[in-house]
Amino acid sequence: MVEYINLFIKAVFIENMVFAFFLGMCSFLAVSKSLKTAFGLGIAVVFVNIITAPFNYIILSVMLEKGALSWIDPSLADVDLTFLSFILFISVIAGTVQLVEMIIEKYLPALYSSLGIFLPLITVNCAILGSSLFMQERAYNLPETVVFAGGSGVGFFLAIVALAAIREKLTYSNVPDPLKGLGLAMLITGLMGMAFLSFAGIQL
Amino acid sequence: MSTEVQSATVIKAPSEPLFSKKNIKVLKDPLSDNNPVTVQVLGICSALAVTTQVMPSLIMAISVIFVSAFSNLIISAIRNGIPNRIRIIVQLVVIATLVTLVDQVLKAYMYDVSKKLSVFVGLIITNCIIMGRLEAFAMQKKPWPSFLDGIGSGAGYGLVLLFIGVFRELFGSGSLMGYKIVPDWAYEMGYVNNGLMMLPPAALFLIGIYIWIQRSLNKSLVNVS
Repeated sequence: MVEYINLFIKAVFIENMVFAFFLGMCSFLAVSKSLKTAFGLGIAVVFVNIITAPFNYIILSVMLEKGALSWIDPSLADVDLTFLSFILFISVIAGTVQLVEMIIEKYLPALYSSLGIFLPLITVNCAILGSSLFMQERAYNLPETVVFAGGSGVGFFLAIVALAAIREKLTYSNVPDPLKGLGLAMLITGLMGMAFLSFAGIQL
Repeated sequence: MSTEVQSATVIKAPSEPLFSKKNIKVLKDPLSDNNPVTVQVLGICSALAVTTQVMPSLIMAISVIFVSAFSNLIISAIRNGIPNRIRIIVQLVVIATLVTLVDQVLKAYMYDVSKKLSVFVGLIITNCIIMGRLEAFAMQKKPWPSFLDGIGSGAGYGLVLLFIGVFRELFGSGSLMGYKIVPDWAYEMGYVNNGLMMLPPAALFLIGIYIWIQRSLNKSLVNVS
């Protein structure tokens, strides 16, 4: 149990998707102008992440890994299809996002209209594909994958909500014109990243 | 007879030289005034983590140029056959195939660099520059200009990557491409490598400053986003 809590804390704070690996930067910068949309996108990312990473894990272990196909025929035990993982992972993610989009459109129309074009953008959000790829590279098992995916989703949520809150305040401050918008957002993200560095080494 | 000649000239007229002014502009624009990273805010996602040294940045830049050029070419060639509703999936499959190719080549011939880049090669798939150019350019234009546009966008991205990579390696570990630049006597006199440069926030500071400089020099870019 303790190691799962450790993994979760690590994924949220120490190896935060945004501040330590720069994943999900595009939507992180584009959607963080208002707190409300940032909140919605953060929730959507957590949700999609928790669904796709375990699903990708199952695909990886049942179909792609070396020896995984031996349940069809023993002669297939040597087949290693891991090179197909990129294509399958991204297809699963694209399909899931489409599904989530339809569900939100049906049951939460207010959220749907405020998220607008950003829902399809989750497909190309590196944080989602990133957690599937980290899962493959670090060889997590199924419960670890779920905890890690949840943790990295929550980490993204935390980061985007914090940045949106700061940027809402910043609209009233007096900064040099060329630095307005993107430039300032980058510098602030850097400062927040430095703050998150102080979590390094924490273990429960 | 005369109509035949006329129709031949009519068909011939729209074909332009391979490097006409328009095509050169398509190739060069993303390098400065329409840079995908600093102006269009695309593709910052996957690659800033690889810029601690020049070598991985260079490999990453070349990979992205390859993928964006050829995905633009392929999508543009089949653009009339793609049903509009499933275009995202078609685009993703084309990109994922090309990225798989790059990944396998890197693993076979440059295993060290491939290990260092780890998951970031796979994350080229979700690099918004490539998707963005497919949506905005390749779905409407002919294959050749699309190919050039792909090279241009990839190169604009690579330029920023190299800029950051040079700064971070020079000040962070005192070398370039693995060769020592800062001499030993400088260390003896008390020069210390800047440890912050090796940490993730440095990349964000550098790109923020790059944007600041670029927008100060070219006022028309101010407040684009």
